Amino acid sequence: MGEVAQERIPQAESACDPRGDTSSGSWADWFRAARQAAEERTEARRGKRRRPEYWKYTDPGGLENLPTSSAGVSEGPSAFEGVDRLRFEFDGGTLDRAVSDPLRAGNAEIVELGAAAPIQDHWASRLYGTLEAIGQTPVPRPFAAANTASATAGLVVRACGAVGKPLEIRHSGGAASAPALIRHLIVVEEGAELTLLESGVPGPGFNMVTEVLVKDGGSFRHVRVQDGGWRSRGITHMFARLEAGASMKSFTATTASEWMRNEFFVDLAGENATAHLSGAAVGGRSFHQDDTLFVIHGAPNCRSRQVFKKVLRDGAVGVFQGKILVRRPAQKTDGYQLSQALLLDESSQFLAKPELEIYADDVACSHGSTCGGIDEDALFYLRSRGIGRNEAQDMLASAFLAEAVSEIDDPQLAEAMLGRIGAWMAKRN
Amino acid sequence: MLEIANLHVKLEEGDVPILKGIDLTVEAGSVHAVMGPNGSGKSTLSYVLAGRDGYEVTDGGVEFGGEDLLEMEPEERASAGLFLAFQYPVEIPGVANMTFLRTALNAQRKARGEPEASAAEFLRIVRERAKSLGIEGDLLKRPVNYGFSGGEKKRNEILHMAVLEPKLCILDETDSGLDIDALKQVARGVNSLRRAARGILVITHYQRLLDHIEPDKVHIMADGRIAQSGGPELALEVEKNGYAGYLPEAA
Repeated sequence: MGEVAQERIPQAESACDPRGDTSSGSWADWFRAARQAAEERTEARRGKRRRPEYWKYTDPGGLENLPTSSAGVSEGPSAFEGVDRLRFEFDGGTLDRAVSDPLRAGNAEIVELGAAAPIQDHWASRLYGTLEAIGQTPVPRPFAAANTASATAGLVVRACGAVGKPLEIRHSGGAASAPALIRHLIVVEEGAELTLLESGVPGPGFNMVTEVLVKDGGSFRHVRVQDGGWRSRGITHMFARLEAGASMKSFTATTASEWMRNEFFVDLAGENATAHLSGAAVGGRSFHQDDTLFVIHGAPNCRSRQVFKKVLRDGAVGVFQGKILVRRPAQKTDGYQLSQALLLDESSQFLAKPELEIYADDVACSHGSTCGGIDEDALFYLRSRGIGRNEAQDMLASAFLAEAVSEIDDPQLAEAMLGRIGAWMAKRN
Repeated sequence: MLEIANLHVKLEEGDVPILKGIDLTVEAGSVHAVMGPNGSGKSTLSYVLAGRDGYEVTDGGVEFGGEDLLEMEPEERASAGLFLAFQYPVEIPGVANMTFLRTALNAQRKARGEPEASAAEFLRIVRERAKSLGIEGDLLKRPVNYGFSGGEKKRNEILHMAVLEPKLCILDETDSGLDIDALKQVARGVNSLRRAARGILVITHYQRLLDHIEPDKVHIMADGRIAQSGGPELALEVEKNGYAGYLPEAA
């Protein structure tokens, strides 16, 4: 696979508009054009039935024949209860304004996509769909293109300074036979800071795309819990571009899902940018969870780090495909990748494909992937102190995942994730 | 309290006989020492008593408090009051020592039908025991044994023992890897846990631990059997003459 073409990203220039959405009506030209272009990308792919490397371990048919009821798609309190945050509740993919906080935050502009789309000169017009389009090379990502072609629900957020509280997007409900399409656009302006939390799933099937642009010195933090029931199926893409000195850290916890694929396309485009991606997944029976990452080092002195851990039992399948591309100018790249699975029985599987493609000559990149069973010595030690086999196994499994959770900066958010993982474990006993 | 009768054990892997007829009784309130050369089966005895996988009992049995010990799962043995202080305490990164200890204490209490300790009660118990053993609070916050020095690991085992209050303590080579100061500190901890209702079984290669934990009885183990039993003077004799006299001719 050759190098990906560098493309210029248009910039939103104006200051944040605290009024949020101010109009409605038919789509503006830019929104129509983005959808049309994506539709053509999707059309071009149609009929090509072969399964490329990109779909080596996961059947792309996962969103077909969805269950028509939301049975098995659990709801309940958010994993972020207790965190001081702004909450935006989506019911079946539609923002429920009655139970959400107002679309307003200090130093941020928050608009529904459906409200920005009709505005001709909206700042989103210069960005919407561009990062997704770039992300179609070197591998076509048909679900993401289909999302651009049709999605109308989601949030458009711009941080212009340090946004004091995290924003939580919470999904629930949804029973449609077609996958819910959710689309977010996030811009973190120069030196600004934003934390985005996501929880729940928008129905038995969903296709979610988030485009993120972090400008010079900006900071983007992302913590996500995919706590739908065992029947839920979904695919997410996060397309991120990081400019000079920008940083992003994203953590995803996934449990109990039939088919869940999380893709990241992260472009370290400016010098001294940092991207940390991490995830903890735990599941049993029909659980199929896939992390597919593509990290591009395009500029010198950037750091990237990926830590993904999975606990699999009763025939669960975990997939990790992680590719790091270091372009020729990206000297002094510091790359680290770790993917590990703990298999609690012989019927579970971990399928991992780490890839490094390096064109610069002065880089430090390491990657490791391991797969193993529970440590019998540790299990016996715990049991010999009176802890039952299941509980002891859960403690060791939680401890295994804790290394991925510790990638989260904020101790309160990390604690919330550990609590949620512990609760999932206990449910099994 | 603990009655081991004609215990024969082999390693499941390779079908290797290790214990070839052990008879040993530990009464409440007494301290017994089992001494023996490397490979005599001392550690196997402690593992079999605690319920580790990988061993097969081919003959004989063990009663603990009138129950058939060998029928119980490891966690059931712990709840019944058996505690093994490991020769090599296992490092468990990611699990805080405090969390582990509280989970263990409450699992045991639950199994015995006793009310679980609240967070406050647990904290009080741990602080009090740690203080009386001279253990710093730092050890409790760190992951179980992770990055602990040899001395810290052994002291942590004694702390677990003090919090869990077992009826029978088995100390497997607790002196290994300790310098003399750490050894004394651990021995002080063990001595502070001597009770009329508690039995202690000290397994050791060297006599030096027994200078600090004085046994009521000493048993010399060789080639999977108790070769000789006697009073504390037996340990001194071994110290002077070595184990050679107890080993089979061929060795």
